[in-house]
Amino acid sequence: MSTPILSAHNLVKHFKAGGFGAARKFVRAVNDVSFELASGETLGVVGESGCGKSTMARLLVQLLTPDSGEVHYQGKVVGRELPLKAFRSKVQMVFQDSFASLNPRMTMIDAVAFGPTVHGMSRSDATRKAQDLLDRVGLDPSRFGGRYAHELSGGQRQRVNIARALAFDPQVIVLDEAVSALDKSVEAQVLNLLMDLRRERGLTYVFISHDLNVVRHISDRVMVMYLGEVAEIGPVESLYSAPCHPYTQALLAAMPSLDPDRRTMEAPLAGDPPNPIDPPQGCRFHTRCSRVFAPCSAQAPAQHKVGKTHFAACHLNSAKEHVA
Amino acid sequence: MTPFRSPNDTPLVRVRDLSVRFAGTPPVHAVNSVSFDLAPGEVLGILGESGSGKSVTLKTLLRLLPERKTRITGQVEVDGQDVLALQGRALADHRGGVASMIFQDPSLALDPVYTIGQQIAETVIRHDGLSKSDAMARALEMLEIVRIPSAKRRLANYPHEMSGGMRQRAMIALALACRPKLLLADEPTTALDATVQIQILLLLRDLQKELGMGVIFVTHDIGVAVEVSDRLAVMYAGSFVETGSVKDVIRDARHPYSKGLLAANLVGAAPGTRLDAVPGAPPPLNALPEGCSFAPRCAHAETACSMSPLPIWNGGNGRWARCVQASCLGALADAESTS
Amino acid sequence: MAVTADAVARLAAIEKSQGYWRSVWTRFLRDKVAVCAGCVAAGLVLMAIFAPWIAPADPLDGSMIKRLSPIGTEGYPLGADELGRDMLSRLIYGARLSLFMGVVPVLIAFAIGAAIGIAAGYLGGWVNTITMRVLDVLYAFPSVLLAIAISGALGAGILNGLLSLTVVFIPPIARVAESVTTSVRKLEYIEAAQASGASSLRIVRDHVLGNVLGPIFVYATSLISVSMILAAGLSFLGLGVSPPNAEWGLMLNTLRNAIYVQPWLAALPGVMIFLTSISFNMLSDGLRSAMDVKQ
Repeated sequence: MSTPILSAHNLVKHFKAGGFGAARKFVRAVNDVSFELASGETLGVVGESGCGKSTMARLLVQLLTPDSGEVHYQGKVVGRELPLKAFRSKVQMVFQDSFASLNPRMTMIDAVAFGPTVHGMSRSDATRKAQDLLDRVGLDPSRFGGRYAHELSGGQRQRVNIARALAFDPQVIVLDEAVSALDKSVEAQVLNLLMDLRRERGLTYVFISHDLNVVRHISDRVMVMYLGEVAEIGPVESLYSAPCHPYTQALLAAMPSLDPDRRTMEAPLAGDPPNPIDPPQGCRFHTRCSRVFAPCSAQAPAQHKVGKTHFAACHLNSAKEHVA
Repeated sequence: MTPFRSPNDTPLVRVRDLSVRFAGTPPVHAVNSVSFDLAPGEVLGILGESGSGKSVTLKTLLRLLPERKTRITGQVEVDGQDVLALQGRALADHRGGVASMIFQDPSLALDPVYTIGQQIAETVIRHDGLSKSDAMARALEMLEIVRIPSAKRRLANYPHEMSGGMRQRAMIALALACRPKLLLADEPTTALDATVQIQILLLLRDLQKELGMGVIFVTHDIGVAVEVSDRLAVMYAGSFVETGSVKDVIRDARHPYSKGLLAANLVGAAPGTRLDAVPGAPPPLNALPEGCSFAPRCAHAETACSMSPLPIWNGGNGRWARCVQASCLGALADAESTS
Repeated sequence: MAVTADAVARLAAIEKSQGYWRSVWTRFLRDKVAVCAGCVAAGLVLMAIFAPWIAPADPLDGSMIKRLSPIGTEGYPLGADELGRDMLSRLIYGARLSLFMGVVPVLIAFAIGAAIGIAAGYLGGWVNTITMRVLDVLYAFPSVLLAIAISGALGAGILNGLLSLTVVFIPPIARVAESVTTSVRKLEYIEAAQASGASSLRIVRDHVLGNVLGPIFVYATSLISVSMILAAGLSFLGLGVSPPNAEWGLMLNTLRNAIYVQPWLAALPGVMIFLTSISFNMLSDGLRSAMDVKQ
């Protein structure tokens, strides 16, 4: 297999959450997360609040330093074998809050042109590039280029944020709930734009969202996170049609049905997701799981292979693995 | 016969030609001649994007809009009462007694400095005149009805001591404490995680059946609307553009905007393909176009679309659409599905 | 598709953006109270600059027979002080020193305090903790006491007064600068700038300064009135400006013996201090709301 374009190796990030000395509490936001991204593919990341998907995104683009673990870009360790600045122009990020991610005092042209000037492009070249990119994302540069963030709608601002990420000519873009705050009809436009750009430029996406419908539509592979760990990862069709982790099954069963004749009759899980401070021992899901058995509370499950590229961290699959 | 009439002769809610304007230069046309009926025990889902006027419509039914900046015209009747004429004591009885509301953010409804039990008890003391101990008993009963585990202990909890889903349940308990005939739900599950959202939706559906309330459920999420509603109204730029039974609207949408929303929710889209997205954005509410507000974004727009008032396609049984081409758009869909 | 996305956007579009400061100015002009306050403040500044041309008499030239003449005396429209000097001229000249003592310490403290606060806010971590705790120690003293203590130690004089007031204003300005910078630093556009690979200095210059200097400056303008009152207090105590210079605080001090004889006359410097401080305060309030960019 060829070298993955981007890979995460045992990423760990804990945040302090009050308390002193031995009683010190930690939010175990990301706990031993590893995965690989092939060039040109889109990895969807789903999970509920507190599952660590946003922290994972920031670790991946090196906005946060992991407590341990490494990020590799084309096989090179970022920060050691590949300078951070070179990495920055290869991997970019688009945030959820389109307003907060634009400097309120910069025009849209300047916001997009900022990145290239950091990497040594002349001002006039950068401005020309910004104009082209604004045009590409569907905003007339002569009309929108001189505007400020508060003068644009949410959808237009998110287009600018995409243009800004593109200005680095990146290979990978991490989209952290990038369409979640938009109205449905605008969201569809932005999704179309993202899919077009992916085809034109051979981009690789990490697409983080809580919306399982959208993730299914845009992703090649999907990673399900629960309390800072990877519950299941696999190709989109097999993960959606034959989920192997009880949490994935519950998430899919919790989706509103969209079919008036087949409404959901039973909630798959009771209660709220637990607090990521002091998560449960053993399998983190065992406190809510309906199929819990002896080993679950004692031992954290390993990633069991349940298909060619499909893995699930659940003890139920340890038997299946030998068959597969 | 007007298409807005519900089959039931004595509707719980009767809204005719409701318009809401907010002061401004030019004024904001937040709601534009909305008419509908809600039968007792019926669930109406109002589906729309931000700024479509769905929350404003809901707030009008409780008269929650700031009086000085708002001009409301039209008729609003709830349980035979003219809501727009209510004053003082009668208005207070209406709010929480006849009709009550649940919100997206429970902190709007729950007071952080009182326990859940105290808040529910206070409401029933005021509306139903119960004694303090009876009121506490009612509060306990309400927490059990909304299926809060170990309800007795939870009575003494403050809102911040509860998880998001629990708070939402407590807010529902508070809203239902006086057995209102009408429950207004303003995106009550939007801020919740998927696995919690479905619990709350199922709870609301069960409670509606048990208590026989009429419910108006406002949401931007088609999936959520389908789970809870009997009838669906699609709102755009302050107007109802289409209503009908959930099945009719989902399977045979007649208004191009409803069709666009369905496409944007990836109904029947093949993964990875371009979506049939509605272009552009809704018009600003202080500068609405003549005739159909959706025409500037509509792929089927023609000159007739600037007609005012727009003709209404009447499909009978409370099924209608405010679109010049509603009848042929339906026929087109039929032809496509058979071919 | 008949209508494309940007075609519709083009239809709905408004004219080209007018730029940040233009829009601040438009919003400011809509605020009647702030505009009035601005006019009064500008008038006071002009009065101070052109004092020698406006003032009808020499502010230092006294006449023993005219001592404590009431308001409206022939040749002395606002009366004369305890040494028979023309009150109107002294009030006009007094604006020079009073405004100077109000504005200059705040400006110097703004430059130093903003630099400290922005650095602490942007760098965060232990740099922030140490800097802010040190400033907290200074901040813990009541500002009047601190100003008196420093002035007292250094001795009377305009420069010493200036210095002590500057020291007094650095901690509050630095604190505001730190909190504004900390909140800006957490926004996604700073994260996006970090993800671009720009250096910290560049991010501060291009993304932080523009968004924090405005609010800090507005806060600093609200301190001008405090500074004037403190300066007047220092002069009143015999620190700061010394006689026979005309300065409102000092005038208030020397006239206090006349408060039973000519109460209206004795109150005049106080009226000027009040007028100046309230107009600067309202001006800064107006600026704050005008600079508030809404989504």
